Amino acid sequence: MIFAVILGAAMLACAAVLALVRAEKGPSMLDRTVAFDVFTTILVSGVALEAAWSRRTDTLVLLVVLSLVGFVGSVTISRFAAIEPEEAARVRTREEVEAELAAERAAQEAAVEAEQARREAMRAEARDSARAAEEQAEGGSEALVPGDAAARAAGGVGTEERAETEEHAELAGEGAESRAEPEEER
Amino acid sequence: MTADVVLDVAAGTFLVAGAFLSLVAGVGIVRFPDLLARMHAGTKLQVLGLLLLLLALGLRLRSWGVAGLLLLVIAFQMLTAPVAAHMVARAGYRTGKVQAESLEFDELTDDTERHDGEAPLDSPDAPPPNTGN
Repeated sequence: MIFAVILGAAMLACAAVLALVRAEKGPSMLDRTVAFDVFTTILVSGVALEAAWSRRTDTLVLLVVLSLVGFVGSVTISRFAAIEPEEAARVRTREEVEAELAAERAAQEAAVEAEQARREAMRAEARDSARAAEEQAEGGSEALVPGDAAARAAGGVGTEERAETEEHAELAGEGAESRAEPEEER
Repeated sequence: MTADVVLDVAAGTFLVAGAFLSLVAGVGIVRFPDLLARMHAGTKLQVLGLLLLLLALGLRLRSWGVAGLLLLVIAFQMLTAPVAAHMVARAGYRTGKVQAESLEFDELTDDTERHDGEAPLDSPDAPPPNTGN
């Protein structure tokens, strides 16, 4: 019996290592799922082997649970399997991951700098336009034609504003009416 | 030679056979070239290998309560292994892991092509349903 157990344990260990090799190599998620399935079954076999050697019955529950876990795991993974690019199937080395992270960080910094430059440009533009408006206001009283234009512009703004306030008043009136109706019913 | 020894020898033989099948599954899963072949290798262990190992365990423990529990495990395994294999193969087919040229028969591709050739019932190409006037 001892020879059978040792031989079986050795073969199970080899099989477990081989399953792990396949899980590492991939190349796709589904190959890893199959390897995981096999590994779970080898785990069940190992527990069964140990129970057979020491004639114990308390680990038998583990067999039931493990066989169910393997099933649920592989079904879940294959349910969500998607088309993956070739590059994603490989486990990256440490250098590659670091290079990728550095590139990401550089991109983030560039984005922050671009944002800052944009804000500064906007601020400068606002300052320039404010200064231009001031200059125009100063020169407007002296020159005749620009003053006329400024007055017309002011009038246009005024009429627009008036139209808007009228609209608001109408809306408010409607609101008041609709609010008034239920009061009458009461 | 008592019955105990006979049963122990039988249990040891089944143990070695089951472990050998798991080794075969491990070798197959590493060496086979594509997903379907690897699934084929993996199922050998999942059904026959586990069956042999649990049979050996039953022969070692020799009690009917244990035999019931082991039958439960085997029943679970036999119910779930085809379902899991079907799910994996289906996902593999849909995500393009199955190369058509590695297959002798490819009835699924034929079927889907034939089906895609016909217009589905709710498509605008289909004739309008008879409304009875």
